[in-house]
Amino acid sequence: MSLVSIHQLHKHFGDNHVLKGIDLNVDEGQVIALIGRSGSGKSTLLRTINGLECIDAGEITVDGAKIQAGAKDMRPLRLKVGMVFQQFNLFPHLSVGENVMLAPKIVKKTDPAQAQELAEQMLAKVGLSEKFDAFPGELSGGQQQRVAIARALAMQPKVMLCDEITSALDPELVSEVLSVVKQLANEGMTLVMVTHEMRFAREVGDKLVFMHQGRVHEEGPPEALFNAPSTPELAAFIGAIDQA
Amino acid sequence: MLTQFTTWDIVRNLLEGGKWTLLLSLLAFFLGGVTGLIIVLLRISPNRFLRVIAKVWIELFQGTPLLMQLFIVFFGLSLLGWDVSAWTAAAIGLTLFTSAYLAEIWRGCIEAIPSGQWEASASLAFSPLQQMRYVILPQALRIAIPPTVGFSVQVVKGTAVTSIIGFTELTKSGTMIANATFEPFMVFGLVATAYFCLCYPLSVYARHLERKYHVAC
Ligand SMILES: Nc1ncnc2c1ncn2[C@@H]1O[C@H](COP(=O)(O)OP(=O)(O)O)[C@@H](O)[C@H]1O
Ligand SMILES: [Mg+2]
Repeated sequence: MSLVSIHQLHKHFGDNHVLKGIDLNVDEGQVIALIGRSGSGKSTLLRTINGLECIDAGEITVDGAKIQAGAKDMRPLRLKVGMVFQQFNLFPHLSVGENVMLAPKIVKKTDPAQAQELAEQMLAKVGLSEKFDAFPGELSGGQQQRVAIARALAMQPKVMLCDEITSALDPELVSEVLSVVKQLANEGMTLVMVTHEMRFAREVGDKLVFMHQGRVHEEGPPEALFNAPSTPELAAFIGAIDQA
Repeated sequence: MLTQFTTWDIVRNLLEGGKWTLLLSLLAFFLGGVTGLIIVLLRISPNRFLRVIAKVWIELFQGTPLLMQLFIVFFGLSLLGWDVSAWTAAAIGLTLFTSAYLAEIWRGCIEAIPSGQWEASASLAFSPLQQMRYVILPQALRIAIPPTVGFSVQVVKGTAVTSIIGFTELTKSGTMIANATFEPFMVFGLVATAYFCLCYPLSVYARHLERKYHVAC
């Protein structure tokens, strides 16, 4: 049984049929790299996996927490799923430490001392122990994104979703974030990441999923797919990336 | 027989009226703030029915003159058999008025918080109330302070209208003294000065806050 299983998932925005029957399984410890053109539905798919978007048909199960069309309470799902956004979305009115401690404290009712210890651990993991008392506005983009990762990790999710988490960063800050993600992958965290960093996807990904027009168009081991794409769409996509 | 009024008599009477202006302003601002908070939470609630109620409330009190609201509270309640004093009617009327404006100001501040803040807190499994309490309101409050202080000037000036239903605040005291002393220019000059002394510091303070928070953002 997979950790995440998505079955015949459909999603519309008005008349726009954005996800057209997605089937996807993610095993524990697996790293999925989700690629595809802009508008192919990658973000929408990620957002359904933690209930930021409701679904019109099909079902999503994450470690036993199940969501179907019409589901109201997404919190059981969200407790299993962490998410990191392109724009970091740290809480600007709270210090770095408070950003990381807030959810464990109020959602999980972790006691303050334990939450503090947890936050220190998570910040150490992303290499930002010394920023505990700083405010998000005082950090670089790369540091903010690492805090966002620590904040998500502090909820001890079963799977982490990353939506183009380096796209908003200056080029020289990309690698510090990617190396944190890589470290998570090495520690066995289950990851689903949308990325344009193809080299990273090849290196860290266990499975490459190519989305095209709201469908999983092709999936398989990254090396095999990159070297021998079996659909013209993926070939064209890889070709376009290589030129860029 | 004509009584002679010294300037001190005039000032003393005006100060007495001014005291009621101040009290009415504070009360209306406080009660209006509490009511406004409830209204704004209804206004942005996921429940359509509650949203409509709040919207009607806001439109009603923003879309009619304060004077009409006071008349309706004052005469309407007595038609229903409740004998309300001018003070009670003034307090109720001004509270309703204040609540509608503050709710609308605050809604703007809450909506100014980027959607990423809602999404990040949602993804951490916060309940909607926890999102409000720990993430949205603390940030909205910051940007709400300058316009809220600015609006308090409107509340102080709004109290003048309550003189028409016979509440003896600053303006009403001024009218009575002017009639008795036949010195309307001097009396209303003092009345205007008194309003200015109440309002000017508030607007200066509001501008100061705006600059301060603007710089900090
Ligand atoms: N909140 C939304 N409202 C309406 N349409 C949306 C919304 N979010 C995404 N879409 C549409 O869904 C499609 C897929 O978008 P998205 O999932 O963001 O693609 P990707 O992340 O692959 O670029 C696009 O056509 C986009 O315009
Ligand atoms: Mg996207």
